[in-house]
Amino acid sequence: MTDLNKLTIAEARDALRKGDVTSTELTEACLTQIQDAGALNAFVHDTSELARKQAAIADTRIKAGDAPGLCGIPLGIKDLFCTKGVPSQAASGILEGFRPEYESTVTQNLFDAGAVMLGKLNMDEFAMGSSNETSVYGNVVNPWKTDARELTPGGSSGGSAAAVAADLCLGATGTDTGGSIRQPAAFTGITGIKPTYGRCSRWGIVAFASSLDQAGPMARTVRDCAIMLEAMCGHDPKDSTSADIPVPDFEAMLSGDIKGKVIGIPREYRMEGMPDEIETLWADGTAMLKDAGAEIRDISLPHTKYALPAYYVIAPAEASSNLARYDGVRYGHRARLEQGDGITEMYEKTRAEGFGDEVKRRVMVGTYVLSAGFYDAYYNRARKVRTLIKRDFEQVFDAGVDAILTPATPSAAFGLGEMANADPVQMYLNDVFTVTVNLAGLPGISVPAGLDKQGLPLGLQLIGRPWEEGDLLNTAYALEQAAGFVAKPEKWW
Amino acid sequence: MSIDKDTAAKVAKLARIRVEDDALPGLAQEFNEILGFIEQLNEVDVEGIEPMTSVTPMRLKRREDVVTEGGMTDRILSNAPDAREGFFAVPKVVE
Repeated sequence: MTDLNKLTIAEARDALRKGDVTSTELTEACLTQIQDAGALNAFVHDTSELARKQAAIADTRIKAGDAPGLCGIPLGIKDLFCTKGVPSQAASGILEGFRPEYESTVTQNLFDAGAVMLGKLNMDEFAMGSSNETSVYGNVVNPWKTDARELTPGGSSGGSAAAVAADLCLGATGTDTGGSIRQPAAFTGITGIKPTYGRCSRWGIVAFASSLDQAGPMARTVRDCAIMLEAMCGHDPKDSTSADIPVPDFEAMLSGDIKGKVIGIPREYRMEGMPDEIETLWADGTAMLKDAGAEIRDISLPHTKYALPAYYVIAPAEASSNLARYDGVRYGHRARLEQGDGITEMYEKTRAEGFGDEVKRRVMVGTYVLSAGFYDAYYNRARKVRTLIKRDFEQVFDAGVDAILTPATPSAAFGLGEMANADPVQMYLNDVFTVTVNLAGLPGISVPAGLDKQGLPLGLQLIGRPWEEGDLLNTAYALEQAAGFVAKPEKWW
Repeated sequence: MSIDKDTAAKVAKLARIRVEDDALPGLAQEFNEILGFIEQLNEVDVEGIEPMTSVTPMRLKRREDVVTEGGMTDRILSNAPDAREGFFAVPKVVE
């Protein structure tokens, strides 16, 4: 068998179970590709030794005949996940040298299922960014390329997206606070799902905005996402917001039958100045779901416009609180101090040296909106608007809508450095279609659905009812089958 | 509401992030762009709306108020930039 690294998780699982291939062979195939892909800058911490050990154990387990679906599958892990004894830096200078003494619940769940960790993946610093240009490790480069320009893979899970798209691993973990799984998935022609808030434990995932953060899988197909998601989620007493409800067999729910399902098309997502290609893609996706037997319904989510401004109050506010822990005392970087410097100087210098510009900006905006005199005007108002945004969704779901179809991003991948001189808000607009889903705590999935004029992938987003990831994955599966997206980036790296 | 250089300096101080004087005007400008964007929220009628506290309607789990784990000083200190005799070490706090 050739090109083992290009198998889907489902194909690899079946081949492993049949004994046609071993996890060791799969793992070696991926490690060779990773070695070769330095130009993408996707993998930033090598765990090949651990990977080989895990693969050997997985092979024994598969031979014994008792192996979950993910057993022996080589994955990449976003640097935001704490992995025991392995550098976990959230792509920040302030966590340089940090080696956690514990394992995040999500990675532990994956390892319990027999998954193999190939290495840690690049990302935007503390998951703050939409282009993977804020990482202390440098930019990730999108494997898709149509001219001399290097393109962004999106962010913040840019390393995860690039690695899966370039066939360096079979799947990867991502996290999504405002679109950080779905936007990079769309920019790289892969599939990624953010589950309902509370599905995946946040324990051991470096916190950005705790009321919005969720982990999820990024993979090449909807089926692969279903297999990975099932292994990642589940109740965890160590995360007080983790949901104590059963995790269904998501893969078993992929029938592709969506007859009679009601798909909502929200008029507020038709944005001024949206490129024609996005508009066409959206219309095509709508037609595909209709052909598959779904009922299409125009819906209204009136507070959509206020989602991004509310997000840019709530997320920085929570970040300023969460990131207060990086003070140079317990872990990571501590600034070199001058004679006479006290503890305040230590905090201020440590944080100035350790944080990048975007992180500093968000921590300070968060500090401002929470400060005396502004708390009500900004923070409480934003939380009220958040209530209204969630209510918009509740009303359409109550009216019988099963899922909502929208574009995943307002454009295809743009060039690295192209936004360098834009004001920060321009970059924030990347998340305009995805951020509502985090504010309402809903599951959302991005499915590759076509190419633009330049030949770059574009994605569509489906938004589901809370806790109904199985149904959402099935609708995404129907869309995937109808769209028939098979394009791959040509190898240049 | 416009942020000037002094407000930017105050926010940086509150956030415990050192910002050099010559970087303050640029920072104030960025704050103004972001806050200008956020100002849109004032258009929304939020009369009688409760601020969201929990995105999923769930009651946080309770547990017995007892020690569940501990006795791992070495592991807790293993990543400290400076640790001595079982403690985190910091510059002098009290004169």
